[in-house]
Amino acid sequence: MRTILFIIQKEFLQIFRNKGMLPIIFVLPLIQLLILVNAATFEMKSIRVSVVDLDLSTSSRKLISKYEGSPFYKIVQTTFSYNEAMDLMQQSKVDVIIRIPDGFERQLVKENQGKVQFTMNAINQAVAGLSSGYCTSILIDFNRELLQDWLNPSQMAGLKYIQTDYSYWYNPKLNYKTYMVPGILVLLVTIIGLLLSGMNIVREKEIGTIEQINVTPIRKIQFIVGKLTPFWIIALFELAFGLFLGKLLFDIPLVGNLWLIFLSGGVYLFVILATGLLVSTITNTQQQAMLVSFFFMVVFILMSGLFTSIESMPNWAQQIDRLNPLMYFIRIMRMVLLKGSTFADISPHFYSLVVFAIVMVSLAIWRYRKIA
Amino acid sequence: MFSILVDHIEKHFTRVKALNDISFTVDKGELFGFIGPDGAGKTTLFRILTTLLIPDHGKALVNGLDVVKDFRKIRQDIGYMPGKFSLYSDLTVEENLNFYATVFGTTVAENYDLIRDIYSQIEPFKKRMAGKLSGGMKQKLALSCALIHKPSVLILDEPTTGVDAVSRLEFWEMLKRLKNSGISIVVATPYMDEASLCDRVALIQNGKIMAISPPSEVIKTYPRQLFSIKSDDIFSLLNDLRQIPQMHTVFAFGQSAHISFKQEPLTENFLYEYLCKKGHSNIKISHIQATIEDCFMDLMIKPQ
Repeated sequence: MRTILFIIQKEFLQIFRNKGMLPIIFVLPLIQLLILVNAATFEMKSIRVSVVDLDLSTSSRKLISKYEGSPFYKIVQTTFSYNEAMDLMQQSKVDVIIRIPDGFERQLVKENQGKVQFTMNAINQAVAGLSSGYCTSILIDFNRELLQDWLNPSQMAGLKYIQTDYSYWYNPKLNYKTYMVPGILVLLVTIIGLLLSGMNIVREKEIGTIEQINVTPIRKIQFIVGKLTPFWIIALFELAFGLFLGKLLFDIPLVGNLWLIFLSGGVYLFVILATGLLVSTITNTQQQAMLVSFFFMVVFILMSGLFTSIESMPNWAQQIDRLNPLMYFIRIMRMVLLKGSTFADISPHFYSLVVFAIVMVSLAIWRYRKIA
Repeated sequence: MFSILVDHIEKHFTRVKALNDISFTVDKGELFGFIGPDGAGKTTLFRILTTLLIPDHGKALVNGLDVVKDFRKIRQDIGYMPGKFSLYSDLTVEENLNFYATVFGTTVAENYDLIRDIYSQIEPFKKRMAGKLSGGMKQKLALSCALIHKPSVLILDEPTTGVDAVSRLEFWEMLKRLKNSGISIVVATPYMDEASLCDRVALIQNGKIMAISPPSEVIKTYPRQLFSIKSDDIFSLLNDLRQIPQMHTVFAFGQSAHISFKQEPLTENFLYEYLCKKGHSNIKISHIQATIEDCFMDLMIKPQ
């Protein structure tokens, strides 16, 4: 036990003496939160619209004014030539073209139906899908107003339609940042845990100090515990620091019990640190360790549900994702922070992490050899 | 009881046979040297003795303990200084020493007597990072760290490589003092002149020990007549000497060439005339006593 304490003491000395470390510990979370949370947004604020109004009637102007009035749209071009509008779309300067054909109002009055054409730039299918949704909902709105104008109140009363109103649970203002911050924090803890711990042990191999350590009576388990504990502490500190910044900068809700977050975080870090240790046993240089960790991290992060919803992934991918520890911890974070879930709610995810921790730690210890 | 007993050790790596049937013993309080070129197998042997490698065949005992079965006890009992500087360069001199003392369950104060001679020389720099020390000081620190737990066997892998001549001499003085205090020392070195400072030396090449004896004996067993020859052009001198059909070995020794012969040596006069004919000037020929290095060169030729 005393030996472990001395190793931990030595590690902390080295970590804080390393000039690159302090910025990583304090600046990295700040930058990640500030940049990623603000930048990685799915919200549509300014969809650029080109209007091709060939009708120039009261109705067509009224429809266009509805788009003008919406905060989501910005009309960047008004033209009579569809080709001109298309040119702009080719240059990626326009997201949607609204074409109102000649005789739109006349048709609407005479034949009770009008036609409008929307052309979407679908390079990014998510944006295209969202903006087409917005466009249609505005059109439906316009439609209902038309009916109100043309029908007298008694006829209106007989008309049946379903009105939808929304109430958004757990994130009433649909604040995107509330959703992102917990996920980004998991990312942060993972980077600190996986990269730094793995590279730290490989570094001893690379510069040869492991040789001197190996001939001492330090036991394998003492060395591993002594090496990983500092990073466990630093990563948990990062989590706390990140939560504090999240509250301060983005006012994210902290509905649930924070101890639950740190309990899960502690277990999650066992998984991550053991993975780092495992990487360090199969590599010989920091560069190799970095590349291998990076590979795993990219796969884990992209499949973690941080940016995309897991439920919309194909079934086989969801099955594979059961092996992704990030996914569990991101879920726990969101459940506890946004919904205030209790231990009973998160227990399936929590126990999955426990199983992961046991498997990874045993695997890493088994693979680690104290001989050269 | 021997401090170290190695019995028919063999070690293979995927392609090469690093150690081939190695056997030797080291007495208690003996300073035992391994001389051999790079790649001879010295480091592999030392890593087996320090329990970092497991031999394929044979048996090795340190203080009567088996290096495979009792590796844990052995680690408590030996001091090892790897060929490459292996202390923490981002910890200070003092921190390194304290760290190694504590991992062996002791303190610097407890065994300070043993390292006083060595450590006192670097103590003025104890707040300096180990990485910022000079080569000689690094070696002194490494030796202090290897000694801090009072080992009974000290294993040093090329401790003086890359160290200046004065520091080398100092270092060997320290080894002698340690030896006198009863510690058995095994040391590998590529420098022939250091061999004569050992109690016994083993000449090792290509994973085989070619001879073990006290340095004075090694010189006595040298079987040939040896001449040292100088001339103005050492390069063509070496080439011309190698043309002589009776020659056994011709090597450059600084500014002179050493030549030995297969059977009966040629006379000095014959050599002088031969070299004059080849156009050499300022020729100096003398009959000399073999050094350790000559013996080593001779042994290297033997297998072929």
